[in-house]
Amino acid sequence: MSKNDNWKIWEVFIRSKNGISHKHVGSLHAPDAEMAIKNARDVYTRRSEGISIWVVPSESITASRPDEKEPLFAPADDKVYRHPTFYEIPDEIGHM
Amino acid sequence: MAQASEKYVLRLADNILILGQRLGEWCGHGPVLEQDIALTNIALDLIGQSRMLYQYAAEIRNDGSTEDDLAMKRDVFDYYNCLLVEQPNGDWGKTIVRQFFFDTYHYYLQEFLVNSSDQRLSEIARKSFKEVAYHAQYSAEWVIRLGDGTEESHQRVQSSVNDLWTFTGELFTPDELDREMQEQGIGPDLDVIAANWNKKVNEILEIATLQIPEETFMQSGGKQGEHGEYLGFILAELQFMQRAYPDMKW
Repeated sequence: MSKNDNWKIWEVFIRSKNGISHKHVGSLHAPDAEMAIKNARDVYTRRSEGISIWVVPSESITASRPDEKEPLFAPADDKVYRHPTFYEIPDEIGHM
Repeated sequence: MAQASEKYVLRLADNILILGQRLGEWCGHGPVLEQDIALTNIALDLIGQSRMLYQYAAEIRNDGSTEDDLAMKRDVFDYYNCLLVEQPNGDWGKTIVRQFFFDTYHYYLQEFLVNSSDQRLSEIARKSFKEVAYHAQYSAEWVIRLGDGTEESHQRVQSSVNDLWTFTGELFTPDELDREMQEQGIGPDLDVIAANWNKKVNEILEIATLQIPEETFMQSGGKQGEHGEYLGFILAELQFMQRAYPDMKW
């Protein structure tokens, strides 16, 4: 397959059903947003995985830096009271 | 109750089996992975649709033939697909133009067949229509991007439009069978399909900054089983297993 410098990379988010948020499923190449949706449909939803697709240019994503892992995430580790593990979640609530 | 003739159903089925087979040739060769998957998806849609039609044609024939017999054991002159679908893939642009011309026709045809007086054709069209609508969107979007893309893509896709134009007339030229089906409300009035097709194709080519070719000689014969040099090779590949190992099962 040939090199395509003029094709952006897009991150794909799929919502599998109503009430659930879009979830990152992977990335793909496409010349523009419309085609990215179509490509995402063919690459990621051909087995009925979704009812809604978002695509975002990968370059628009700002990521946290791996070397900041400690200051960003470690402080939460010893604060167990932040986890709502003391509540019973009724079945009807479904996904939290 | 109205029932289509076997030959009419075979025409519908052969068009999409042969086009599906052509698209399948792209498998593993698409310009990028995403297009490779997109085209083979479309190929599988079309082959799936053709199966429903072959099953129906086999029932009409009513001599114990199966869908496989119809697809795998007929030779060139008993295939009734239009000449457009047997044209070689060429480059990505040519494949897309061929697809766009066919999908647009297929879309309006299916739109009619949804309400065909032949119950079975109507049911099959209902199943196929959503897929066909997507195909038509996909190929039109690509024509726009290639036509209004780079100088090279524009020039290549324009020459494919010019080359393939001569095979579009056949789609809309009714023969006796087309007229008979139309009279019974089984098939469409091809003049209406042609008007819709021309409007859509004009609209998309204009957005794509492409020129509609001048009036030209239109090739015909496919619908009657008179094919160009390509179909024999397509069938040789399509039917190889069945020809080499008759009645094999797997």
